[in-house]
Amino acid sequence: MKIILPIAKKEFRQIVRDPRTLGVLVFIPIFLLLMFGYAISLDVKHISLEVVDCSHTAASRSLVRKLSATEYFDIAGYADSTDTADYILESGEAECILVIPVDYHRQITRGGTAELQVLIDGSNSNIGATAMGYIQRIIQDVSVQILKGKRGMETGGGVELRSRVWFNPELRSPVFLIPGLISLILMVTAVISTAMSIVREKEQGTMEQLIVAPINPLQLVIGKTIPYTILSLVIAVMILMAGSIFFNIEIQGSFGLLMLVSFIFLLGCLGLGVLISTIADSQQVAFMLATIITLLPTFILSGFIFPIKNMPVPIQAVTYIIPARYYLVALRGIMLKGTGIAPFLDDVAALLLFAVLTMTVSAFRMKKGRLA
Amino acid sequence: MNIVKYFLSKEFSQLRRDKKMLPIVFIAPVIQLLLLGYAANLDVELIPIAVIDHDVSYESRQLTDDFIQSGYFDLTAQSRDPRKIDEMIDRGEIVIALVIPSGFQRDLKRGESPTVQAIVDGADANTATIALNYADIIVQKYSAALTLSNLRAVSPGELNMPIEVKPRVWYNPELKSRNFMVPGILALLLMVMTMLLTSLAIVKEKEQGTLEHLNVTPIKPIQLILGKLVPFSLIGMLDVLLVLAASKLLFNLVPNGSILLLIFLSAIFLLTTLGLGLLVSTVSRTQQQAMMSAVFFVMLPMIFLSGFAFPIENMPKIIQYMTYALPLRYYFVIIRGIFLKGAGLAVLWDEALMLLLFGILVLGFSILRFKKRV
Repeated sequence: MKIILPIAKKEFRQIVRDPRTLGVLVFIPIFLLLMFGYAISLDVKHISLEVVDCSHTAASRSLVRKLSATEYFDIAGYADSTDTADYILESGEAECILVIPVDYHRQITRGGTAELQVLIDGSNSNIGATAMGYIQRIIQDVSVQILKGKRGMETGGGVELRSRVWFNPELRSPVFLIPGLISLILMVTAVISTAMSIVREKEQGTMEQLIVAPINPLQLVIGKTIPYTILSLVIAVMILMAGSIFFNIEIQGSFGLLMLVSFIFLLGCLGLGVLISTIADSQQVAFMLATIITLLPTFILSGFIFPIKNMPVPIQAVTYIIPARYYLVALRGIMLKGTGIAPFLDDVAALLLFAVLTMTVSAFRMKKGRLA
Repeated sequence: MNIVKYFLSKEFSQLRRDKKMLPIVFIAPVIQLLLLGYAANLDVELIPIAVIDHDVSYESRQLTDDFIQSGYFDLTAQSRDPRKIDEMIDRGEIVIALVIPSGFQRDLKRGESPTVQAIVDGADANTATIALNYADIIVQKYSAALTLSNLRAVSPGELNMPIEVKPRVWYNPELKSRNFMVPGILALLLMVMTMLLTSLAIVKEKEQGTLEHLNVTPIKPIQLILGKLVPFSLIGMLDVLLVLAASKLLFNLVPNGSILLLIFLSAIFLLTTLGLGLLVSTVSRTQQQAMMSAVFFVMLPMIFLSGFAFPIENMPKIIQYMTYALPLRYYFVIIRGIFLKGAGLAVLWDEALMLLLFGILVLGFSILRFKKRV
């Protein structure tokens, strides 16, 4: 303890003396949270729709109005024929094209079936599928209305669907994404900053001075990681506060539990950082490794955005080694569902295992003198 | 020119000697493409559903069948006990529960409109929205078919649905998100790799004190930067080819458009990432600063705000304007346009022009900044 504390103090002083890095570490996460919280969502709305109305009747115009009155479709423009369809979809001027046939009015008044054509740019499958669904729903609705109107029926016979959404009643994306952002930001900061702080001593040659000092590697590493643990926890709390202030995301479950789980997760991240520093000799390699291991995998493989259930089985197996995966389950559980520790006990156990594993492996590697 | 040549050979031998760097630069992108390409999948297939059927009638079974037949839902549980819903949603076993009220059949026969309830786990907003959409469409179809048959019963004769929709999906007919995501990941990898390399280029010499050595040599700042950038652009271009080959081998995805055009425009895109990396490198004092800035100021915003997974048109207007300053935004349009739509320069010229302008601007600015500093 007597040895660890001075190292921690020294490291802490170094962090404080570099206000730019400190600022980046503390304020950027909040800034990112705000930015992303307001900016990103997977909701598909305002799909741009080009209309090719060959019918030119009141009936066809009313159909178009039905579509444009929803928040799902914005009319991008009108075209006279489908000749330009290629260009319109290719250049992204519109994401779908609705073609109303010449005989639209005649068919719907005489009891025939008017065939509408919809061309959809499927390149973004999410938008494509949603656009198709919305169009089908709205047009079927119009269709049934016409049918009922013709037969002079008022209501009846239909089934209504009333939906209730739990945990996130307005289906706001921030509610779903913020736990993911927290885990991403924590992971990236913790791993990169620890890996860098150790490798820097190696690169600058000060590591050798530390090694000849009466400090054993374990003490050195613990001392070096303490400031970053504290810093990361502070960042976590700040992000949570920002989430509650700006997005009204109150933590449904226990705050203490949340902190405990975050601490365990951070231990693992720091362990990973140290492990990377035992492999890398230069800051550049350390940074490359840390970024490649944390940034994109946490973004894509943790269930942050892409549901793990949808991944092929071998990739699902890979996600088990992504610590953010477990943290995210726990975080969403505590923040959104207000559950206790019971439903994700195994996730916490996995985090603990991850922490123990990375710490032991890196301690082992260090004993073999890899630090120098 | 001679000076540049010597400097280049020094840079290359430094790169070659770095036994850990080279594998990272060439192997990491391929592994990442493999993992991420398979993982980045927004398609929601088989949503687990529980049906709480209080009616147990022919009609309620028919509606349940419609849900199963649709191919979107997987019937995980069937029960008459509504308390089970709580439990199953909490444990994440189901995403949606459909509750059919008792008297469902009776109401339908009387011509009234019974209400079925869908309870959705909203924690994953994306899956929840999709589940709700599907549920809506299925119930509506069921309802429309019912209306039609009721009408036929009341007034016999030929009766058709007045409007029919024929959707046709272009470019990605099966609407697989992989086809959309893999080109996107290609772009992300390219950005991350080249920016990581360049962001440290100058600051490393600064931190190690060797920049001062270089300054006293007759090498000019622009020559120095040129010497630094040439190896990285080569690595970047090699990465482009490597990752293109990997996407063919791993995902059988090849550009529908011209590969040459893609390579050419990728080179222009590299100008911007190299320029941004260099800028970060010249404004930072330590490698740590440079890396933090590269990750937090440049890469993260680009990943989230350029339209990789989150549609730009849904962002607030102010942020939409900000995205015009992100080169990755244009490159996404280009790479997806060429890969999926087979677009040519006639369609993509404005994006290409923006990238070129951006690249020249950033590179020029960082060279100027570097001159002043030195």
